[in-house]
Amino acid sequence: MDENRVQEAQSEASDEAMIEIVDMHKWFGEFHVLQGINLTVHKKERIVICGPSGSGKSTLIRCINRLEEHQRGRIIVDGIELLNNLKNIEKVRMEVGMVFQHFNLFPHLTIIDNLALGPIWVRKVPKKEAEETAMYYLDKVHIAEQAHKFPGQLSGGQQQRVAIARSLCMSPKVMLFDEPTSALDPEMIKEVLDVMIELAVEGMTMIVVTHEMGFAKSVAHRVLFMDFGQIVESNTPGDFFDHPQHERTKLFLSQILN
Amino acid sequence: MENVLQQQQPEKIKPPVTHIGLVGWAKANLFNGWFNSVLTVVTLLLLYKTVPPLIRWAFINAVWKSAGTGCREATGACWSVISANYRFIFFGFYPYDQQWRPLVAMLLLFGLLFYSRNRHHWNKYLGYGWIAGLFVMGFLMKGGFLGLTSVESTKWGGLPLTLLLSVFGLTAAYPLGVLLALGRQSEMRGIKVLCIVYIELIRGVPLISLLFMGSIIFPLFLPEGVTINKILRAQIAIILFTAAYIAEVVRGGLQGVPRGQYEAAESLGLNIYLTMRLIVLPQALKIVIPPTVSILISAFKDTSLVVIIALFDLLKTTQTVLSNPKWLGFSREAYIFIALLYFLGCFSMANYSRKLEKELATDN
Ligand SMILES: Nc1ncnc2c1ncn2[C@@H]1O[C@H](COP(=O)(O)OP(=O)(O)OP(=O)(O)O)[C@@H](O)[C@H]1O
Ligand SMILES: [Mg+2]
Repeated sequence: MDENRVQEAQSEASDEAMIEIVDMHKWFGEFHVLQGINLTVHKKERIVICGPSGSGKSTLIRCINRLEEHQRGRIIVDGIELLNNLKNIEKVRMEVGMVFQHFNLFPHLTIIDNLALGPIWVRKVPKKEAEETAMYYLDKVHIAEQAHKFPGQLSGGQQQRVAIARSLCMSPKVMLFDEPTSALDPEMIKEVLDVMIELAVEGMTMIVVTHEMGFAKSVAHRVLFMDFGQIVESNTPGDFFDHPQHERTKLFLSQILN
Repeated sequence: MENVLQQQQPEKIKPPVTHIGLVGWAKANLFNGWFNSVLTVVTLLLLYKTVPPLIRWAFINAVWKSAGTGCREATGACWSVISANYRFIFFGFYPYDQQWRPLVAMLLLFGLLFYSRNRHHWNKYLGYGWIAGLFVMGFLMKGGFLGLTSVESTKWGGLPLTLLLSVFGLTAAYPLGVLLALGRQSEMRGIKVLCIVYIELIRGVPLISLLFMGSIIFPLFLPEGVTINKILRAQIAIILFTAAYIAEVVRGGLQGVPRGQYEAAESLGLNIYLTMRLIVLPQALKIVIPPTVSILISAFKDTSLVVIIALFDLLKTTQTVLSNPKWLGFSREAYIFIALLYFLGCFSMANYSRKLEKELATDN
């Protein structure tokens, strides 16, 4: 991986807050999934979240763009608080890009239409301009020649890169990734991680749920460990991997690194 | 490097030839095993017993033009029941010298339908074309100005009536059904309950009873002096009935669209209306093309039920011809003819749906 390039960019994170989460709780029925999350993500900061299955990682990042609704506490994204206000929610969603484990491309639209859809209908960009933007980002994820195919005709790695480009077309200020490589065959993981690294180099604010520890070490400013709906540990990658503080973190790391 | 690769490429191997010619094909498909052999022989025997007599009856010994007595003496089919009465069968009681008008209207309709087959022609001008076309058709049928004599709708009948009921019935029922399906999925309780009640009520009664209600009970509730055209009432009954069935099929399609599609759309900032219109419905409606077309086909055939409220659709005009003593007893020929017409309609719908499915397929 281009560790050097990323290291150069490492110092970029600023002091300004991009996302603020204060004492946030969420329940699924009786089940207390998120139990008091406090997290501040600065502009241009890159955060990796890991933790065992069912610990609430997906739920946490899905709360940030209101795919899930939190029940207590506050979430503020780029100065906009997530309340039960449709206008606010739509504004936040325009600022926040999301990449899913299973890509979720729109199978009935060509790749370029997948990308142009958001800008045309949400940002009201003229069609021609939206398509130019789409081609620009497709080129960025090295897949411009596939523009007129349908998602079903692409490999998993290609689909995930298209999904990333689709989010980028909305010019988001934050990108959320929910296990973007865990549905991919091993030989395709690298091509997706490379695209994410390029994004990091350009200074995108990123929150990435992943178990790709190599990526975490080289790209993240901070690594969070979640368990039972809480952020158990938060540290720089160096300290996180070499000197984990909590027993649960140690146990998790020993399991995942073997 | 390239040369080496090319040299190493193995010779192209053709798939093994398993059966050669007709005999080989028959051996592989008709006589593989004793059971299939017996089945083949029995089928051949049955075909031999039925097909030649049928051909003799329908073509060789058939009478095509002669009226009355010539027909009675023939041993074959009497197709002259059609050729002598086709104008009544097609146009019913529409004034004889004006029947070019429904004919032109139908040709216009067929032309529009044919042109609309191609999905690349679907744009707003085609929409205008349809609206203009409908006005022209209505004017042709009804007349009353521009020198065309007025023809009351009570005189409309035959094929134009059948087409009117089915083409309008189906095109109006489809969007209504989609709306009902969306309503049933809605998170607004009032709308949801309303849609469920509607769908279940309508599905709980036969079309015949809806037609009766429309033609007999409904007028009782209208204030005196207000009448609603009988054709319109039948039309509405057909639309309401078909929509309920389409709604349930579309609901199945909506459930077939994965949760992730909604989430991807929402995370792009699309509101629920755009999500439905751009992402969910196109996929859901595509999934349910086959069952939807089944419903449309059966609705097309069901329009013939309007005979029970004394509308003279294609089936009724045919039956009227058959009740004429001169043509008594030739119902076989007449019904075969009508069946052919219905088959043409149904078959083209089925064909078109297959074509559409193929065009819309996006994987591989
Ligand atoms: N819609 C839902 N309704 C009820 N329970 C849910 C729902 N979504 C998630 N859960 C539960 O909440 C818990 C946390 O789920 P979440 O998906 O956030 O875990 P995760 O940390 O992302 O796990 P994984 O690594 O398996 O993706 C799990 O126990 C899950 O079963
Ligand atoms: Mg998850």
